[in-house]
Amino acid sequence: MDVAALTFLALALPFVGALVAPLLTRLLGHNAAWVLALFPAAIVLHFARFWPDVAKSEVVTGGYAWIPSFNVSFSWLIDGLSLTFVLLIAGIGMLIVLYSGGYLKGHPQQGRFFSFILMFMGSMLGLVVSDSFLMLFVFWELTSITSFLLIGFDHSREAARRAALQALVVTGGGGLFLLAGLLIIWNVSGVTQLSLLMAFGTEMRESPFYLAALILVLGGAFTKSAQFPFHFWLPNAMEAPTPVSAYLHSATMVKAGVYLLMRLNPVLGGTPEWQILLPLFGGATLVIGAALACRQTDLKLMLAYTTMASLGLLVMLTGLGFPHAIEAAALYLVAHSLFKGALFMVAGIIDHETGARDVTRLGGLGSAMPLTFVIALAAAFSMGGLFPFFGFIAKEEIYYALSGFDRRSVVFAAIAILGNALMFAVAFAVALKPFIGAKAETPKAAHEAPVLLWLGPALLAAKGLSAALLSGLTHELVSTPMASAISGEPRAVTMSVVPHVGVPLAMSTATALIGIVFYLKLDRLRGFIAAILADIGWGPDRGFDQLIRGLVRFSVGLTRRLQSGRLDVYMTATFILVACVLLVVPLTYGELPRAPFFAPDVPLHELAIMAIAVIGLVAVVLAPDRLTAIVSLGIQGFAVAVIFLLYGAPDLAFTQFMIETLSVVVLALVMTRLRLSPSDHRPLAQKVPDFAIALACGLGFGLMLLKTTGVPFDSTLTEFFNLYSKSIAHGANVVNVIIVDFRGTDTLGEIAVVMVTGLAILSLVRLRAGSLRRIADNDPDAEERA
Amino acid sequence: MKSVIFRAVAPFLTSLMVLFSIFVLLRGHNEPGGGFIGGLIAVSALAIYGIACGVETVRRAIYFHPMAIAGAGLFAATVAGLISIAARVPFMTGLWIYPSVLGLEVPLSTVMLFDCGVYLVVVGAISSIALSLEERGGE
Repeated sequence: MDVAALTFLALALPFVGALVAPLLTRLLGHNAAWVLALFPAAIVLHFARFWPDVAKSEVVTGGYAWIPSFNVSFSWLIDGLSLTFVLLIAGIGMLIVLYSGGYLKGHPQQGRFFSFILMFMGSMLGLVVSDSFLMLFVFWELTSITSFLLIGFDHSREAARRAALQALVVTGGGGLFLLAGLLIIWNVSGVTQLSLLMAFGTEMRESPFYLAALILVLGGAFTKSAQFPFHFWLPNAMEAPTPVSAYLHSATMVKAGVYLLMRLNPVLGGTPEWQILLPLFGGATLVIGAALACRQTDLKLMLAYTTMASLGLLVMLTGLGFPHAIEAAALYLVAHSLFKGALFMVAGIIDHETGARDVTRLGGLGSAMPLTFVIALAAAFSMGGLFPFFGFIAKEEIYYALSGFDRRSVVFAAIAILGNALMFAVAFAVALKPFIGAKAETPKAAHEAPVLLWLGPALLAAKGLSAALLSGLTHELVSTPMASAISGEPRAVTMSVVPHVGVPLAMSTATALIGIVFYLKLDRLRGFIAAILADIGWGPDRGFDQLIRGLVRFSVGLTRRLQSGRLDVYMTATFILVACVLLVVPLTYGELPRAPFFAPDVPLHELAIMAIAVIGLVAVVLAPDRLTAIVSLGIQGFAVAVIFLLYGAPDLAFTQFMIETLSVVVLALVMTRLRLSPSDHRPLAQKVPDFAIALACGLGFGLMLLKTTGVPFDSTLTEFFNLYSKSIAHGANVVNVIIVDFRGTDTLGEIAVVMVTGLAILSLVRLRAGSLRRIADNDPDAEERA
Repeated sequence: MKSVIFRAVAPFLTSLMVLFSIFVLLRGHNEPGGGFIGGLIAVSALAIYGIACGVETVRRAIYFHPMAIAGAGLFAATVAGLISIAARVPFMTGLWIYPSVLGLEVPLSTVMLFDCGVYLVVVGAISSIALSLEERGGE
């Protein structure tokens, strides 16, 4: 098979895995993880073949035409940026599958969980390799949907359901912004593929729609990557099982927004708007996220807020536009995925083995769980940016980029130091505090985790060390191609793990020192931040609830106003509209028909029949009770049928006879069922307007018919059917041949409608008035009262 | 319905009308008639029978649930359209065969099957409405 087919297969592989996962888990139990981990392993192996090309900063594209007429393709773009993401997604994904095998061992829905995780993996892979806009958008929303499934995995808890829905609304809604942004980009540039878009950077930036496109794209990226003020869904998403938090909500999915910004940096980046909006939101997210992390005591929530802070740092670096800022972002992105994934899994191990994850209630676990302790420390060293881990290299590069002496550099350097110091404190609060000090009582007796649980974090932590020690190789294979892809021009990353004396090292040292102070005073810091938050008292999380409740209340109110539930109101509205359409339009455009032409010698029997029709109508109006009125309406109908018969339309007349008969029967039956009073008791005040509406409708229809018959008759169709009815369709009755042959497909649709209408009426008739309960309309007020 | 004459006549009237409706259905291709009209005649017949002898009697007489009849009709009409696909002509193209039965040439076609489907849908759907209304009206 050629490379394109294999790549397509690799992209489809996770979905195949998702299909077989439940069955495998039923057969093998939690050991199915070993088999399922082969799927991401195969993907890593396949994509590794692009490494030699990508390391030379080449771009590999391929794919298939999907809807050529709309210029939509299923195509992929593999360069330094997407390959790094692919390897992170599939590599960490493999470890996460193994970890979930141990974490959810014995869970009745473990197979489903594997299935969801693999589906997510497939969506995320598709997202980062997408070349066509449509594919990017589809996979973008697929990651939101799979994230929804995973956050709500423990669906019996209300908190999990709420968090899942919230994440879906925020990230899925952001996806719609992205779609609009991509459509604008498409319209401005005329291309639908990212690889082609790179040539249109100048056109995009000079377009009058640039700002609109930028804001829409940012709307997608900021919601996905939990930037302030859209960050609130991320901490709530910690309701998901820990493997999900480690995988989606730290290592991969939340980075999709950052990925998008990095991907579009050569096209949209470099403008003043870009360099103001991104660092502003990123910097705010960094500081707020790091501060909120210090307030938490739950291990997972602490990590979640630092993830938010790290994402803020990445967005800030992507937008700054300083030399080396892009390189710093690339390095920090990889470092963050490694250490944060590991730390989340460590938090999961602690939770799994002790039954507690509140940092104030944990202590002295180091002797019971030495291996976990070592892993946690290695990850925390990387997160704290300490020698000799990969986080150190990333932090050196960040400070190297921020070490200018202009005002902008100093401000953002201060923000970075503050955020990093806070994250430093949180890193060790998570990775050191539970393992040292006095041994605390935990719900479960602490003991070392099984191999499935420690393998993943151990490998990630080891990777964080080896990537730093072999920094030359790391840069050649990963950092340099990635930074070049983000900036759209060749870049070289050279930062090595050996510390150099200089401004960056001084800033690093300052960060560590401030971090140690924060760590020691963490309890006071926590109280301080909690007091500030209590003073503010309102947050976007509550705002989200208010927004949703307001939306529901608004739609309930609107529905109540529009849908009164009274048949006479609906009918009055409908007929007023009909009368308006029929009368206002011809009057406005002066299209009234000419006075009808009466032939002088109408035969007596025709006059008699018309008279019968009129008598029927008068009888309807004058009838003393409803039943008489219905039957009188039948008189008029039969008279019309006779007219059809006289004017040579026997089929029509025939049908009209039957319809009239049946409608009299059905109407009479309905009337008896409704148990109405036998006669009509409307007050005069209602009768007059009703009469006026009826008259207006009748007048309108009459005028329309006169106008229509006044137009010269086009006999093309008549001739066609008369000519071909016998010769092609073998039928002499043209009407029937039209119904069943020439326009047979129409008739098929019509009889389907008849059938569905019958079903609907049947179910309405079957509804017993007594058993009619109030239909749930999700009215929040009613729910509150209940 | 209390009238003895009506109750005595209704079964015969109904049978005649149903027979007539089938006649109208089959002659529809060349003379006034067809599935729609035939179906309406049959419904009127059933409605008369129901008014005269009660809905239960009608339900027993037609054996199938009216909605099942309508469903079968819709199915038949769709199949009539789909047969053309097997013959590699566009959907709903009429196909004719002229088998000889007892020395008499009988023209059969997918169009006829389609018209029978229309007939069944009309009979099923409308009689189902009429019957359920009569049922509740009698309570």
